Amino acid sequence: MDGIVELQRQLVEYTTSLYDEGFLDDQFIQLQQLQDESNPDFVVEVVSLFFEDSQRLLNELANSLEQQSLDFRRVDAHVHQLKGSSSSIGAQRVQGACIMFRNYCEVQNVEGCLKCLQHVKNEYSLVKSKLETLFKLEQQVLAAGGTIPMP
Amino acid sequence: MDVGDVSSTSSSFLGMGDYGEEPHVLAVDDNLIDRKLVEKLLKNSCCKVTTAENGLRALEYLGLRDDQQNTLNGSGLKVNMIITDYCMPGMTGYELLKKIKESSILKEIPVVIMSSENIPTRINKCLQEGAQMFMLKPLKQADMKKLRGQLMKHRN
Repeated sequence: MDGIVELQRQLVEYTTSLYDEGFLDDQFIQLQQLQDESNPDFVVEVVSLFFEDSQRLLNELANSLEQQSLDFRRVDAHVHQLKGSSSSIGAQRVQGACIMFRNYCEVQNVEGCLKCLQHVKNEYSLVKSKLETLFKLEQQVLAAGGTIPMP
Repeated sequence: MDVGDVSSTSSSFLGMGDYGEEPHVLAVDDNLIDRKLVEKLLKNSCCKVTTAENGLRALEYLGLRDDQQNTLNGSGLKVNMIITDYCMPGMTGYELLKKIKESSILKEIPVVIMSSENIPTRINKCLQEGAQMFMLKPLKQADMKKLRGQLMKHRN
């Protein structure tokens, strides 16, 4: 029993830190609230889709920014997608990084775009790692026979 | 399910709602994550959902392509509402809205536009073209209540 309580405490503490540090916002709670018995892996599924899709977009962006004749509209379209999906899952810092990126696209500032891509990549890596840790902690609670404390 | 393979799934929730059967919503969005989210939101609100990744697929599903009308649409399942993203490559949500409102067989279907950007001119343009409602993304459970309200107004 103590084991479960301790694991739950760790989970709550970790989750709280993710919100406090701005990695996640309320939209993530929306996702969690959507999960139910009919779809018990909903959050993990959506987040996994987000990881795949984001990786694809980041690769496209790196590619686009290497081109001789930079197509800013194409770059902006990709960033818009990434901004949308990060917003939909509550990945607040990634979303913020995308907003900055779009500003540089708008004024066609190549240097700015390159820096922003790096920034978005960093934020994405961070939130990916945080979410993976979160899911691992959740699994530990469940494996120990506990339930996930709801937000 | 995404249109390509046309199949719809319904909520396991008890709800018959005020409809004899669950309302059927066609959700159009080019973003995969957003499609997944809107599908779950709708299913949790007792709706049958079909998703489409762009305007063309949506129109095909509705039985309207190349401005021709088929009396039998792809699935035979009547659509009670269409919810579409505004910013999509190719055909925008606004253009899709126009095509729907120009069609004698589809114009009565309420259309809701969603967008991540809160731009009054955009919103007004859509409302003037006959959109029922405009919703700001990211969508939340509270937005589904509003949608159900719209569906109630339009049931026949």
